[in-house]
Amino acid sequence: MDLNLKNTTYKQLLWIGMASITLFFAGLTSAVIVRSSESGWQDISMPKYFWYSTLVIILGSIFLIISKKTVKSGKNPADYIFLSFVCGVTFAIFQFKGWSSLVEQGKFFVGEGSSPASSFLYVITFAHLIHVIGGLISIFVTYTKSVNLKYSKENYLGIELTSIYWHFLDILWIYLFAFLLYII
Amino acid sequence: MSDHHNETFLSKYIFSLDHKMIAKQFLITGMFMGVVGMLMSILFRLQLSNPGESFAVLEWFLGEKWAPGGVLDPNMYLALVTMHGTILIFWVLTAGLTGTFANFLIPLQIGARDMASGFINMLSYWFFFAATVVLLTSLFVETGPAAAGWTIYPPLSALPQAIPGSGLGQDLWLIAMTLFIVSSLLGGLNYIVTILNLRTKGMSMTRLPLVMWALFIVAILGVLSFPVLLSASLLLVFDRTFGTSFYLSDIVIAGEALHHTGGSPILFEHLFWFLGHPEVYIILLPALGIVSEVISVNSRKPIFGYKAMVISLMAIAFLSFIVWGHHMFITGMDPFLGSVFTFTTLLIAIPSAVKVFNYLATLWRGSIRFTPAMLFAIGFVSTFITGGLTGIVLGDSALDINVHDTYFVVGHFHIVMGLSAIYGMFAGVYHWFPKMYGKMMNKKLGYIHFWVTFISAYGVFFPMHFLGLAGLPRRYYSNTAFPMFEGLTNINEIITFFAIVGGIVQVLFIFNFFYSIFYGTKASKNPWGSTTLEWTTPIERIHGNWPGEIPTVKRWAYDYSKPGYDIDFVPQTESLKEGEEEH
Repeated sequence: MDLNLKNTTYKQLLWIGMASITLFFAGLTSAVIVRSSESGWQDISMPKYFWYSTLVIILGSIFLIISKKTVKSGKNPADYIFLSFVCGVTFAIFQFKGWSSLVEQGKFFVGEGSSPASSFLYVITFAHLIHVIGGLISIFVTYTKSVNLKYSKENYLGIELTSIYWHFLDILWIYLFAFLLYII
Repeated sequence: MSDHHNETFLSKYIFSLDHKMIAKQFLITGMFMGVVGMLMSILFRLQLSNPGESFAVLEWFLGEKWAPGGVLDPNMYLALVTMHGTILIFWVLTAGLTGTFANFLIPLQIGARDMASGFINMLSYWFFFAATVVLLTSLFVETGPAAAGWTIYPPLSALPQAIPGSGLGQDLWLIAMTLFIVSSLLGGLNYIVTILNLRTKGMSMTRLPLVMWALFIVAILGVLSFPVLLSASLLLVFDRTFGTSFYLSDIVIAGEALHHTGGSPILFEHLFWFLGHPEVYIILLPALGIVSEVISVNSRKPIFGYKAMVISLMAIAFLSFIVWGHHMFITGMDPFLGSVFTFTTLLIAIPSAVKVFNYLATLWRGSIRFTPAMLFAIGFVSTFITGGLTGIVLGDSALDINVHDTYFVVGHFHIVMGLSAIYGMFAGVYHWFPKMYGKMMNKKLGYIHFWVTFISAYGVFFPMHFLGLAGLPRRYYSNTAFPMFEGLTNINEIITFFAIVGGIVQVLFIFNFFYSIFYGTKASKNPWGSTTLEWTTPIERIHGNWPGEIPTVKRWAYDYSKPGYDIDFVPQTESLKEGEEEH
């Protein structure tokens, strides 16, 4: 398969995969809409840590944009990719902090202190984090390849794919966070 | 250059990356599961026609635990109904049908060496295989397989203690379905990018055979609808395992109130049917595509209304996403919303009718060759019409309420979805068998197979409409407690008789299939006189499909009986004559 065709094919695979993931989250969020319109729905105040995680996931995207520009100019983007990895890990830490904060509020995933709203909140943020872990693995692989000089200004498909996926996770999180703020 | 290379037994037959071998793996697994699923239906049909009677065959298959004294246990009855539906819908008519023909035909008909990713393709099969093993394992657990119906509605599916089948069997069902969804998504991703990117020179989208369009659209439907089932299943797993209350509320079992509050089982139905209805078309569309090919080839006529056929496929696929509420008319749905779903549902009749009229117009005054494949294709048109007509009844909320959850529904969907898709699958197997194995299937056995199947299938499902109109509810183990249904026993006996006959004749097909692989007459390169690219490949299987350069496409796929030519078909690889219009 020639390089151009390979680039197009792999990008399409990723875009269709992301459409699939979008539908998965659309399923979960539409479930929240259906359930929240029924009786007994309790609102939850969103932990401040989720605001912080929103900032760092956007920062991760910015570093990946810089990585792509760097490799296109013929330089090694490893440092910027590493910084985006750090942002990703920080995002995960803030998510855990956010859950701890929910527990302190008495909003549990399951059990007596739980409600459908709190259970949905945990499930949606957890499902997103699982996808972020996939993104972190992808960034890590891209980083090691970058350190080993596997990319050039002609061939940087790995960085492009990782960037697209991370931007997707970024936008997905912004949607989910806004949705959770508004509905829950 | 071809990609052919030396292969070991493992790389050729087991962990093959060759799309043709992967297609055969899907087909054989699908056929095996088809036998299992069909056998289950015969076992529970015995109970329905002869409630409470003893049958040695039941005890032989199910053992003393599930058929004590040869009488089917009620819990096993529910489990058999559940597994029959699950196996036929997902394992046979989704993976068995699409997995086989998408894998086999896409690279061959678009002119590609293989799928975009042979590895993802192989993974797709092995996830399916793992799903199969897990699902079959559930038949042998102490509490029996899942028994909440193929739709796994909570609370039966959400409370492990509800009935025996709600326990480990349901867990295994959910694991198997998760593996199945992964398999479908991997396959679907591959089909889409292969069709978009790997078409040979000259193969524009408007020159694609209709079966390619159908498989392309099915793949899109799959990658957009299966994730929603996954999200529904995820919430169900949390309810089952961790005690959340997404779908459960205010439930009392054996006098004890459970802690679940605030959940809604209707929520599950919304999520399930958002997949569930597109799933109907995931099953049906490949059959529509296959039938288009078979009818055109065997009528020796171009398919009538190519563009209308493509647009109809797209319209059906789009509409399938906005009609799910018609499965839920009696859930307390707002009547206005019900009327919206009625409207969108009835709209599907338009593209469906376009397809039927185009099939009939293609057949009209054609030089029809009644091969077994053609008979099954015409059989498809028949069931698509008869099943479609009863769909209009069920799509209308005012009418549906009267027959909801009765045998009318069972008769409808078995004819329009089950029979149509399985006829499409049989048509495809008979038609492409020479390309798959280089041999011809026995025609006479094929004819017997078709006619007995066709008559017995109508014998099974047509009378069910009358049972439904009489109010007989589906899924009941026995109706003997209701005097109003006493007069219906004879009809149930007839149905079971035809089910057994229809089941037995499938043995003939399986015999014909395997016998022909080894002892069938050797096939020529293009035995049906077809125009499409797959028939330009050599008879012997090579990885890479064509020994030299991939052929270039110069015309559309339906130049049959074209004026100005001596032969009644012009292959897609042949250049247009000077002044000749493409079609």
